[in-house]
Amino acid sequence: MFRIDRRLIQNFDWLTLSIVILISVIGILTIFSATRQPGAAEAVQASFYVKQIAWLAISILALILFVGFDYIWLGRIAIPLYITGLILLFIVLIAGRTGMGAQRWINLGPLSFQPSEFFKLIFIIMLANYYSLAKESLGVRGLLRVFFYIVFIPFVLLFKQPDLGTAIVVLLIFISVSLVKGLQKKVIAMIVVIGIISLPFLGNIMWTGLKDYQKNRLIAFIDPEVDPSGIGYHINQSKIAIGSGEFLGKGYLEGTQGPFRFLPEKHTDFVFAVFAEEWGFVGSVFLLSLYLLLIMRGLDTASKAKDDFGRLLALGITFMFCIYFFVNVGMTLGIMPVVGIPLPFMSYGGTALLSNYISLGILINIRTRRFSLFY
Amino acid sequence: MQNEQQDTRKIAVVSVLILLGFLIILLRLWQLQILEGDELRKISESNRLRVIKVPAPRGIIFDRNGIPLVKNTPYFCASVIPEEFDAASIPSLARVLHMTEDELREKLDRTAQSPFTPVKLKEDLSFEDVSYIEARRSDFPGLIVEIEVGREYLYGGIGAHVIGYLGKLTPSQSKDPEFNDVPLNAFIGQWGVEKFFDKSLRGTAGQRIIEVDAIGREIRLLKEKPPVKGADLNLSLDIALQKAAEDAFEGKAGALVALKADTGEILGLVSEPSFDPNRFAKGIRSEDWRALTTDKKVPMLNRAIQSQYPPGSTFKIITAIAALEEGAMDTTAKVDCRGGINYGRWRFGCWKKTGHNVVSLHRALVESCDVYFYEAGKRVGFDKVYDYATMFGLGEETGFPIGRERKGLIPNSKWKQETRKTAWYLGETFINSIGQGYVAATPIQMAVMMNAVSNGGNIYKPSILKGAEPVVVKKALVSPGTMEAVRSALQGVVSESGGTGYAAKSSTVSIGGKTGTAQVVGIRKDSKDLAEHLRDHAWFVAFAPVEKPEIAMSVLVEHGGHGGTAAAPIAKKAIEAYMLPAEQKKELMHVQN
Repeated sequence: MFRIDRRLIQNFDWLTLSIVILISVIGILTIFSATRQPGAAEAVQASFYVKQIAWLAISILALILFVGFDYIWLGRIAIPLYITGLILLFIVLIAGRTGMGAQRWINLGPLSFQPSEFFKLIFIIMLANYYSLAKESLGVRGLLRVFFYIVFIPFVLLFKQPDLGTAIVVLLIFISVSLVKGLQKKVIAMIVVIGIISLPFLGNIMWTGLKDYQKNRLIAFIDPEVDPSGIGYHINQSKIAIGSGEFLGKGYLEGTQGPFRFLPEKHTDFVFAVFAEEWGFVGSVFLLSLYLLLIMRGLDTASKAKDDFGRLLALGITFMFCIYFFVNVGMTLGIMPVVGIPLPFMSYGGTALLSNYISLGILINIRTRRFSLFY
Repeated sequence: MQNEQQDTRKIAVVSVLILLGFLIILLRLWQLQILEGDELRKISESNRLRVIKVPAPRGIIFDRNGIPLVKNTPYFCASVIPEEFDAASIPSLARVLHMTEDELREKLDRTAQSPFTPVKLKEDLSFEDVSYIEARRSDFPGLIVEIEVGREYLYGGIGAHVIGYLGKLTPSQSKDPEFNDVPLNAFIGQWGVEKFFDKSLRGTAGQRIIEVDAIGREIRLLKEKPPVKGADLNLSLDIALQKAAEDAFEGKAGALVALKADTGEILGLVSEPSFDPNRFAKGIRSEDWRALTTDKKVPMLNRAIQSQYPPGSTFKIITAIAALEEGAMDTTAKVDCRGGINYGRWRFGCWKKTGHNVVSLHRALVESCDVYFYEAGKRVGFDKVYDYATMFGLGEETGFPIGRERKGLIPNSKWKQETRKTAWYLGETFINSIGQGYVAATPIQMAVMMNAVSNGGNIYKPSILKGAEPVVVKKALVSPGTMEAVRSALQGVVSESGGTGYAAKSSTVSIGGKTGTAQVVGIRKDSKDLAEHLRDHAWFVAFAPVEKPEIAMSVLVEHGGHGGTAAAPIAKKAIEAYMLPAEQKKELMHVQN
């Protein structure tokens, strides 16, 4: 399984890997800038960037590992993987560590990790596997079956944690992959009608089920000026950070919004704002181009995949990056609600970085084995 | 793979959608960074930059001999940043600050402002409290200890009515452009000299432009404009005199005004009871304020300028001058006092029931014979007495700048006709000629009058700054002979046998003066009052040294009884204190160099 083939190296997707490592390095530099403490002694400077470097090293190794075997194997162990994922989510719910009013972590001695970060990937594998077995476009029954078998339980578990961000991402991945897989026209029509009718009820149920901080974020998204030092604070400070970068930026390590703590979550969810403040419009466009390249390359991989499973898996992973990217950057720009999800490859956070690199490894795996020859 | 063609098309559609998404983000970036960039850059600057007004050290107030009367003292106060504060630490924090938990909660509740603005919890922490807090800083997140500068009045209540006190900017003052440069929450002069000269005392506030983080913690100093210290003030007040005088009152209510003979500078201004301005220095507590303002003895009233009393026999100086100047009497004219005179159905008694026998002006003043002045008043007419009283500044404000004065009252027939619609009676001439009846004067007016008699007729506007250009309001046009005759009689009051002011006789300085014992008219109507409140007011007006006057003063003791026994000793002690050499005064006031 772990045979190193000359052609494997030849067909390896060096471009994708270079883009992602470049983004990660930019991320570490930005985390360093965001977490520096002006006025404080060198010794007490936060060491977030050091940890992130360590995680990056681990993540690259994991990526190589996940390119090494044929991704077909993933489809074969999809169901056990999925069940393990659900169990982990369930454990989090009853025994997890609480952070920010939400339980997302499992403590394993000195380590703690967020099962939801890996579950997204497991979910994509499961979905791709299931859809690759269904040859035709889905009818009402088929769709409902998928929804109840694969989507509903994890969605409830995630929503209960509550990890609204991941829950929404899972739902969006399901919708987008299903659309590409192909739905009958009448199914689409029906979903639209039901959606419109049930929107007020669903909205109401969703609203009452939300925690206060989540409600506040939604209110703040609709009108950030309501209370600039309260719920709209995140968005306003983020917009100020990005806007104050102007055309060329304030310069590296010259940003003030993050280090002076005006911007909360500066090294995690709002890392893009810190970057945009220091590098300006020019830098932001450059960074956006890297992400665009990454996503387009992912779509290209999907279209070149040797089988349906590979294609759907590549699409799911690419969609996931895509959703994360748009929700996160849209949030920092004030055109999306504040949903606490990180920017892939940039935000501080070990589990997320590792999970993203593994996902990317699978993507590269699919591209590398795109010729049936290897089958 | 029959789907492959179809899938490729779908992926193309997805690509277009994703490109559209990027376009939206690009447009938004353009909007924020290019179109609104300037504005957002400014906001980010104002986010991190704070302009902090630095209060200037307040000018020090000195007495005329260079003795400091006030001191700027730093003190510690504890504040908390609500955003960082942990409510769980309330019980232990309450213990440290010596407050109840409820008091603490009440202060914390009043945080309607930004959660980053510090809320003051406790002022004037002891040094022990501060070191305790510093040592356990991590137990109290968000707690900060700041240094503020308070005003200490070194002699407490002594001179309080002149020096005044500080208070927080009132809401109406904070809108006044005059206080534009005053930092919020700063203390400014609200009374007395502190208020009157506030603008020069408070100096010019400085500025610090600092870089702060989101909780307002200072990161870096960018620019600093140091404050300009307020100008020091040299008062004309002699604190040694002031203290001697206030001590001499021994807790009785009353007032004293002492003037420098040749300039009209205020050397002392006493109003008893006094109050301690130190209680205002860090913001007076409401119960203290209520106690002060509802005190029956009205300590906040400046009796020296705001209370008027019948001058009693001290007014005989005016009657004497009027009679001599108008030729109604000369210094040798004699009057036989049989203990009173009869006029129609009424008898006007002399205070000495047995009578003074035959007296001329000199002895009449020395012994304060009422009958002599009934006669003098009758001969010259009270309208003439009015002219001279007015000439000496009675019945009008003296122009003392600090606090609102009362005018007193000098009546004449015209005044009576206008206000009482009746004619002036001779009986009224009698009683007004000895300073009873309608006549009323403030202690400061009597001091100005006494000063004019001692200095040859100059009515000075009382001033409070040392070396201020003397302002002669007017000149009493009285012949030197008359002045000399009166002054010599006033010396006799203190130094001759039978003189009513004998208690003012000093072994160190020659003093001239006149006693007065003013009946408390009007109070008789209210029989419920205590006996003490019915007692006469005691007056003494004095000047010294007689040969070459340097100081003139008036003393009033409310319900003190006889002027000679209650008021004269106070004048003596005040004058003796004034005559001491400056070095000795400093020693007396415990000035540390």
